[in-house]
Amino acid sequence: MSETLSYFRQDRLPHIWCPGCGHGTITGALVRAINRLGLDKNKIMLVSGIGCSSRAVGYLDFDTLHTAHGRALAFATGLKVARPDLKVIVMTGDGDCTAIGGNHFIHAARRNIDITTIVMNNNIYGMTSGQYSPMTPKGMLATTAPYGNSERDFDLAELAKAAGATYVARGTSFHVPMLIDLIEQALQHKGFAVVEALSQCPTYMGRKNKIGSAVDMLEWIKGRTVNAKAAAALPPDKVQGKLLIGELHKSSQPEYCDEYFKATAKVRRAWKNIDGGLRGCEQNSD
Amino acid sequence: MPRTVKLMQGNEACTVGALAAGLEFYAGYPITPSTEIAELCAEELPKVGGSFIQMEDEIASAAAIIGASLTGKKSMTATSGPGFSLMQELLGYASLCEVPVVFVNVQRVGPSTGMPTSPAQGDVMQARWGTHGDHPVIVLSPGNVKECFELTVRAFNLSERYRVPAIVLMDEVIGHMREKVELPDASELVIESRPAPKSRVGYKPYAAETDGGVPLMAPFGEGYRWHVTGLFHDETGFPSNKPEVADRLMRRLAAKIDRNEPVIRDFVTESLDDCEVAVISFGSSAMSALSAVRKARAAGIKAGMLRLRTIWPFPDEAVRELSSRVKAIVVPEMNLGQVALEVERASRCNAKVARVSKVNGELFRPEEILAAIMEAAK
Repeated sequence: MSETLSYFRQDRLPHIWCPGCGHGTITGALVRAINRLGLDKNKIMLVSGIGCSSRAVGYLDFDTLHTAHGRALAFATGLKVARPDLKVIVMTGDGDCTAIGGNHFIHAARRNIDITTIVMNNNIYGMTSGQYSPMTPKGMLATTAPYGNSERDFDLAELAKAAGATYVARGTSFHVPMLIDLIEQALQHKGFAVVEALSQCPTYMGRKNKIGSAVDMLEWIKGRTVNAKAAAALPPDKVQGKLLIGELHKSSQPEYCDEYFKATAKVRRAWKNIDGGLRGCEQNSD
Repeated sequence: MPRTVKLMQGNEACTVGALAAGLEFYAGYPITPSTEIAELCAEELPKVGGSFIQMEDEIASAAAIIGASLTGKKSMTATSGPGFSLMQELLGYASLCEVPVVFVNVQRVGPSTGMPTSPAQGDVMQARWGTHGDHPVIVLSPGNVKECFELTVRAFNLSERYRVPAIVLMDEVIGHMREKVELPDASELVIESRPAPKSRVGYKPYAAETDGGVPLMAPFGEGYRWHVTGLFHDETGFPSNKPEVADRLMRRLAAKIDRNEPVIRDFVTESLDDCEVAVISFGSSAMSALSAVRKARAAGIKAGMLRLRTIWPFPDEAVRELSSRVKAIVVPEMNLGQVALEVERASRCNAKVARVSKVNGELFRPEEILAAIMEAAK
């Protein structure tokens, strides 16, 4: 316990999340995975966007960057290219990542840049009190879908895979040991790694849809999911309409920073002054 | 010391200036008429150990340079009007979080897609007020190719010194025009870097004098483990909703620039001593204006010119002083009167202010400005 706590800025606690929220469980899973791998606190840069999920970074004892709505991956890309030797982790939510940040998400995946992205998917905009997101299931209620959501939701794992992510997994705040394992795998993966973590929002998603308490919501999440390994052996009707959880995609592809530094290696050491001999002034800072 | 004489374009001079100032990271998105800056950075940055990335849009470009700057690397992007509009969101982030970054905006005619290959100066107010909320920025305006080099170096220095976004506001003509430029030797350049903490112990990332102090900035990845947020924050960097914290932060940020306006202020003058009709201009408009002023002098009119190289903070005092001793001020600009508004404000009705505006994508002809000077001299 104390080892896990050492990754927290304990003076920043308690957190702002509502009672019963799943985001603390997911944050805990990330910290446990980091702890298991024994990663150096000083070599992790943790980035988030805006929303309930993105408040997580303020409680964790790394260099932490709470950015603007949807932009976490774009900031993280700058950090990673500037310091490819450091571990970059993004904590984001379903609205942050797939609506306003959707473009940055698919391009980070396409580049296969070495960033671990944890998407806390509670199927709702929680911070603004319950509007539907691109991951609100069709037909469910939200304050901006009072007659039921007319839009289809994303399958984030399929989206990530199609866009080029080389590690894709889905876990939940119910299946915690599995979630820790998946995040651990993602952190060890070289390339763009996505872990979608289904999370419960009893306050807005649960109440609006009369799902019940936090515990009821965890049951609801459990009921929506099937283990990807077990799914192969199950009859189709048991899998139909369910979300697969576990490791869903893994491949080994060239990583963006490696490729960029490889492509530019030839000129990197043999630079000549740019038409004027201005570079190399001693005052230059690094 | 050896100097280099070269025929070069404004966009090229800007890039060479950025590299001279210590640029290590560039992120951008292609847009006319700024693209040469991205192309040159892509080619040259790896040679000096830096990195270039073409992002998916201008919002991402602004985000990436802020991220890179947080690791301690001098970072820049370049764009034009439509892209600059997209960058406003994160320009405000950099301003509030005090992350030094340089934005180059090679202006073209707008609004919207406008006329992509034609010059304009319509982003003067956007550069100052484009993002939401009161916020400090510094905006520099080069008036020739050599100044693209010099003012880009200065933009980096000011951005680092005050930890603010600095904007180099060029225009299509300045960006694409080729001139003979004599570049200084590296040893003649003064290169500044952000104030850095000496120790990790007790580091408070936003601790600074209330009245315009600049906090010490630690790079990410060096064990400081600090927090950056676009929420209002106290000196620890963590969010706060306390009215007194918000007030102190906002006033300190504004004072960083306001208090230092006399140091940041930068303009050049021509024949202002006995001047009766003054021209205030900037960028490529000022090239035509200078010709007009000299023609007016030849015709016996006591004309002179104040050319702004810093637009924001606006040199209120200099304009007020000038307005107190001239009959009229003529303000030619390739917009409908954005700097003229500031001149009117700063001159406090001391002198008549004549707007000369052009928004058709063409440069001023000196005769157009000369005619306005003649009219004002009556």
